[in-house]
Amino acid sequence: MTVKQISVFLENKPGQLREFAMLLDHHQIDMRALSVAEAEDFGILRLIVDDTYKTACVLKEAGYVFSITPVLALEIPDHPGSLVDVLRLLEENGINLEYTYAFITRKAGSAYMIFRVEEPDRAAQLLCAGGYKTICQSDMADLF
Amino acid sequence: MKNYFQPEIETASHEQIKAWQDERLVKTVHHVYQNVPYYRHLMEQKGVTPEDIRSRDDLYKLPFLTKDDLRDAYPYGLLAEPLSNCVRIQSTSGTTGRRVVAFYTQHDIDLWDECCARAIVAAGGTRDDVVHVCYGYGLFTGGPGLNGGSHKLGSLTLPMSSGNTDRQIQFMVDLGSTILCCTPSYAAYLAESIIERGLRDQIKLKAGIFGAEAWSEEMRHDIENKLGIKAYDIYGLTEISGPGVAFECSDQHGMHINEDHFIAEIIDPKTGEVLPDGEKGELVFTSITKEAFPLIRYRTRDICVLNREPCPCGRTHVRMSKPLGRSDDMLIVKGVNVFPSQIETVLLNKGYPANYQIVVSRENNTDKLEVMVEMTPEMFSDALSQVSAREKELVDAMKSMLGIYVQVRLVAPKSITRSEGKAVRIIDKRKIYG
Repeated sequence: MTVKQISVFLENKPGQLREFAMLLDHHQIDMRALSVAEAEDFGILRLIVDDTYKTACVLKEAGYVFSITPVLALEIPDHPGSLVDVLRLLEENGINLEYTYAFITRKAGSAYMIFRVEEPDRAAQLLCAGGYKTICQSDMADLF
Repeated sequence: MKNYFQPEIETASHEQIKAWQDERLVKTVHHVYQNVPYYRHLMEQKGVTPEDIRSRDDLYKLPFLTKDDLRDAYPYGLLAEPLSNCVRIQSTSGTTGRRVVAFYTQHDIDLWDECCARAIVAAGGTRDDVVHVCYGYGLFTGGPGLNGGSHKLGSLTLPMSSGNTDRQIQFMVDLGSTILCCTPSYAAYLAESIIERGLRDQIKLKAGIFGAEAWSEEMRHDIENKLGIKAYDIYGLTEISGPGVAFECSDQHGMHINEDHFIAEIIDPKTGEVLPDGEKGELVFTSITKEAFPLIRYRTRDICVLNREPCPCGRTHVRMSKPLGRSDDMLIVKGVNVFPSQIETVLLNKGYPANYQIVVSRENNTDKLEVMVEMTPEMFSDALSQVSAREKELVDAMKSMLGIYVQVRLVAPKSITRSEGKAVRIIDKRKIYG
């Protein structure tokens, strides 16, 4: 009920992201979602890709420091206010978001949220019970 | 301008100085041989007895002493007097990895104070001056040394200690400080702060005595221009007594070593061979008047040149150049001794690999110490807060090990320059040596 996010350590200096993107390009890795958290001297790049295993092999080979974390991916209606309902459900159940970001696909009418929470499985069950559709890793390929 | 604190000593003939050194060296060697097993053992190992030392010319026969010996002998191993005769300790700044504790009898402190008084007088000080001491007080020798020298001279002494710049400047203005004693980087910072506050016209400083860290001629001119003073260098080390081992006179070409208390030699740091005057090598000191903690042939690791040319100031004691470098990997940052091995210890203790690089720079005349640490999968997390917390943990551990703030910079794996497979550990951008 979760998807695998790859988080990559990048130094905060010109050219780092381009170099990284070139590596993915070279191996024909398709990104679905991307976000960057920045500290003073480094950044953490978080991404959802079509093939996590292949990406991990490529990154390891290239010497990047990275980790793979299960995160919640949730399909929500693409209209104002739909995020409010999801967040309310999480709030009422005492689930705190560590970070979140959004992406959309070619599928019309839907938007996707990535939630990083402490207990992803419990959160997923709550959301399913609330009528939301969580995306699991095997669904990811269909979104590309 | 002929101003001496002890003219008969400071301008004594070379013959007189040699006579003092011969007599005092012989006495000191007997003293340590009888009272310090550590020395007796070192001398026996080298096959030398006190009877072999008849004058300064026999000094080369004696074994060297290094910082490692001081560490091995910590705390009492080199103490030459019963503790009941000692009245004070001082210790090297912040370096827990290689702490050195030096002991003093009241007589040792009196002589140390005299050395510092000579330095203050050489900088134009008299009993009518107001001596503003903002070296740290406590275990660090800077504050107590200049404080004692100022008392000995009879000047009004302001025991300010370090920090609280606003208060420093307020006292300087209100009490009319005329001689400033602190590290050169703090002097530069004070100068900036005084100018920023528009108080340059309200200070009465005429001279500064700045030591405990290396500084360039450029920095001297900068401080002199900003404060409208003459800036004098002072040299010393806790092991030997503290500041005042050597000091600059009005000629400002090298520092006069107080040769009635310390014998200086220059050696080849690789072979230990004594080099003739004028050659560059490692400075070695023998203290010949200390009671509690005399050091024989102590290797300072400072690379210097000795100059015996007559000095226009009239002092006859040999002059040492500003240190031109180090023969080990020790760095002096903000007046604090930093060994790369200490940084390595912190990294290993916290579970990091020893892939690091130290970058020392000087911005606005203040030293900055940065440690680049290569990121590892174990340290990494997808959550920024966790990575930042680990970074902060390292900063805190280094602060408690070194006593100064260290900026930690996490860098990509394998990004630290390796030359021929060996990492380049230290980059010193300060250009303070020559």
